Amino acid sequence: MNEGRREIVQLVFALVGIIFIIKLFFVQVLDNRYAELADGNAILREVEYPFRGLIYDRNNKLIVYNTPEFDIQVIIKEVKNFDSARFCTVFELSREELRARFKEMKARKEYSPFKPTLFLNQLSNIDFARVQDHLDEFPGFYIQARTTRAYQSPTLANALGYVSEISKENLARDASGIYKQGDYVGQSGIESFYEEQLRGKRGVRFKLRNVKGIEKGSFKNGEYDTLSTPGANLYTGIDIDLQQYGEFLMKGKAGSIVAIEPASGEILSLVSGPSYDPALLTGRNYSSNFKLISNDTLKPLFNRPLMAQYRPGSIFKIAQAMTALQEKVITPDTRIRCDRTIINCHGAHTNEDLRGAIANSCNPYFHNVLRRMLNKGIVNDPFEDTRIGLEEWNKHITSFGFGKRLGIDLPNEKDGLIPTPAYYDRAYRNRPWKFSNIYSIAIGEGENLVVPIQMANFAATIANRGYYYTPHLVKAIGENGKPLPQYLERHYTTIDSSYFVIAVDAMQKVVEEGTGQYRARLADVMVCGKTGTVQNAPPLFDHSVFIAFAPRDNPKIAISVYVEDAGQGARAAASIASLMIEKYLFGGTKRPHIEQYVLNNKFE
Amino acid sequence: MSREADISGKLDWVSVLLYAAMVGLGWLNIFAAVYDETANQSIFDLSLNSGRQLMFIAAAVVIILAIIIIDMRFYEAFAFIFYAIILVILVMVPLIGKEVGGNKSWIGVGSFGVQPSEFAKFITALAVAKFIGSVGFRMDSLRNQAVLFAMILFPLALILLQKDFGTAIVFLSFLVVFYREGMSPFILIVGISMAALAILTLIVKNQWYLHGIIGAVVVVLIFFGKRTVKRITTLIFGALILILTIESFDYVINNVLPERHKKRLEALVNPNFDPMGINWNVTQSKIAIGSGGFSGKGFLKGTQTKFDFVPEQSTDFIFCTIGEEHGWIGTLLVVALFVFFLQRIIFIAERQKNRFARAYGYSVASIFFFHFAVNIGMTIGLFPVIGIPLPFFSYGGSALWSFTVLLFILLKLDAHRSQVLQRI
Repeated sequence: MNEGRREIVQLVFALVGIIFIIKLFFVQVLDNRYAELADGNAILREVEYPFRGLIYDRNNKLIVYNTPEFDIQVIIKEVKNFDSARFCTVFELSREELRARFKEMKARKEYSPFKPTLFLNQLSNIDFARVQDHLDEFPGFYIQARTTRAYQSPTLANALGYVSEISKENLARDASGIYKQGDYVGQSGIESFYEEQLRGKRGVRFKLRNVKGIEKGSFKNGEYDTLSTPGANLYTGIDIDLQQYGEFLMKGKAGSIVAIEPASGEILSLVSGPSYDPALLTGRNYSSNFKLISNDTLKPLFNRPLMAQYRPGSIFKIAQAMTALQEKVITPDTRIRCDRTIINCHGAHTNEDLRGAIANSCNPYFHNVLRRMLNKGIVNDPFEDTRIGLEEWNKHITSFGFGKRLGIDLPNEKDGLIPTPAYYDRAYRNRPWKFSNIYSIAIGEGENLVVPIQMANFAATIANRGYYYTPHLVKAIGENGKPLPQYLERHYTTIDSSYFVIAVDAMQKVVEEGTGQYRARLADVMVCGKTGTVQNAPPLFDHSVFIAFAPRDNPKIAISVYVEDAGQGARAAASIASLMIEKYLFGGTKRPHIEQYVLNNKFE
Repeated sequence: MSREADISGKLDWVSVLLYAAMVGLGWLNIFAAVYDETANQSIFDLSLNSGRQLMFIAAAVVIILAIIIIDMRFYEAFAFIFYAIILVILVMVPLIGKEVGGNKSWIGVGSFGVQPSEFAKFITALAVAKFIGSVGFRMDSLRNQAVLFAMILFPLALILLQKDFGTAIVFLSFLVVFYREGMSPFILIVGISMAALAILTLIVKNQWYLHGIIGAVVVVLIFFGKRTVKRITTLIFGALILILTIESFDYVINNVLPERHKKRLEALVNPNFDPMGINWNVTQSKIAIGSGGFSGKGFLKGTQTKFDFVPEQSTDFIFCTIGEEHGWIGTLLVVALFVFFLQRIIFIAERQKNRFARAYGYSVASIFFFHFAVNIGMTIGLFPVIGIPLPFFSYGGSALWSFTVLLFILLKLDAHRSQVLQRI
């Protein structure tokens, strides 16, 4: 009766063992989730945020530095006996804010109740001191110290950019895997362009902890720990005093000032008006301030030196002159009658040579010059002839750095526009066009568009008599470092340097006896410049433009000034340019009346 | 007496070696479970569980020597008396006992506490075996079966009164002994089916699936077996009883139980339910074992157990330490050791020449098996969390001594098997 029962019992015993072994094989060998979960349990990953690199000016004056701030993180699983009323009092939050924060936190994709999650960010030193003493009332809440940006003076905001939490889109785009949600990243300006150099390397410490969160020493004796490396300091070519002075002069105006050291391409100042205080975009109030600044109708976040595309106006005549000389359609002595029936002009002059035409900014002269360039009679068809001439012309003009972004070390630089035959084909929808359709480009109006940095670079190119270094802000990455390699390369124009001498002569004449003489001339140094008055749609005033460099020989500074809606170039722009040159070369102005003129005149 | 004691040649050394291996491994893992790298600790430190376990092991050796020296006839002769005494003690425990970890199963002896319920296991085994081995015992007698069930239900009920559910249901393992000695498997099958159905009712939300399956099984059984009237009626009646059971379970669960009890029950049968709440223990236990991988993190290198993520890490959840530090290789070895050990005990039981010794042997095998299956099953989420120790591995004096006595009485009987009259 009981036969086989022994075997059944033995079989059941063995079977259970086999089931265990199979299940254990699944749990231990095939399923890797448990190992991760175990690490998540016992290993506390402490990130050590490196110091972001500092930013200095050309005289080693500190512009941007770091100041401590504190994030509050929470591990939900460790929160016990949470007194929300007390928490709200200590952290100065409303109940709704508290609830919203918890909700937002739990909605994040990487949220886990076992991992430290960002709860409140960017407490300042003062907030922190208040909160610190009470933190032990709230188990599960931890402090993560990091640093935020601080500024010596409220200047240079658009060039410096700002640092803020990485956006969801950028996080998704980040292939390097360096950033996590809640990390801070440079968002514009130098902070963004040099993010890689500035951010340094994060350190990580792995610590073991028990179920109560009490630390139990380092994980594998620190084998996997890394030290944080601070970011590289950046030494810019900015002269912070000059920069401040420029912003002071631009107060209440829209426009830009770009000053470059011609011999190196280093940017001495990059003024965008109107601007904002960079300190507004740091700390806990970043979001509310950002909303205010970005909604401002004056667009203070619009970085005019790089992003505003203007018609260049008469300053363009210098480029036209050199192109014409290079193409040998005129000589410096070519005289052309100021025929105001074709195109209007200004000032008392009748029949100037090239230098005189530049000094008086004679429109009919350059109308004629462009016709000579575009219609050389290479072919009989005037349409085809213009096309060939324009192609040549475009090649020369773009060699000055116009029409295409220069490649400055800031994001969002605009191209400007120097028209090509293909451009006019599109504009005229493939109907024929010839010189008479497009002649307004002769005097820097029409389709031409340039950005202020290109104008300054143009001034620097003339100052160098034929070449430029791509303008750049950072002259050294790290102490005794170098700039990025592309900024050590000379770019030559297609124009012989002998023709530049003629341009220089002409620009000297502009300041000595031409349109710019009254406000641009300095007693102690020879300034070479060119005015521009760019047509604006009435009832708005014309834009006031001036480019210059000084001294004439061995120039130290090249500058472009563009003041929107401020009338003739000889007024606001020429004044500002000369004051900037004076400030840079001599430390201050001897002409307070000019300074007063710039500051107090409404330019209407 | 001295002739009696000198049985070294007849002792089953395979079992002794397996016993020694398991106790030794258990001791090392108890140290690993509480090891704190930052404190410079010794495995012999008496303030640690491992140090105390070593004392318990030493005491166990004394107990073994005593068992071997005592006359083998003693155990059978005094079985009923012991049984009566332990019942009295079990009655008294809730009155004089102290509460440890939610149950009142401990009574104090000096600074050490002991759990009488642990000793009830081998005493009940001896009594049950003696009854089965008695002259004229027939398993098919209903009266005898009633006596046997009473013998296991008394201690079971008394231990339940101490709120020690785990130890109480260990006494169900005697059903295996009854089965081996001739009890109809019907009761076993019905019992297991009822338990399975109760669990299925909780897991399967729509009980009509279960009804369908039962119906299909009955139809198949009728179709393929002998089609006698008696068999068909039995099958249909059985099916009806099962369906009725399901319906009543369902009714109780959905209409009688409050929601939180229902959750608790659901968590009990389904280890994957609410992993971060009610089933936190199982989740952490699986994490610890699973994180060991193929070959483990190495001796004393585990993090989950020694940092208290796993509860009761040196007692009921000692298997987690093995799994974490020695990986699948380690757990495979331990499971294999147990399976081999259990087969060896069955082998020993079967070579006994009287029913008493054989029934006792099966009791030993069943009790070890029950602990092994429930304990490991619980740590890997195959079984509800029921706190019973893993024999020889778990920390604790009472359990170790009780298991030692259980095993070595069998080995003592086995050593003298040629001296007894055949009574099978």
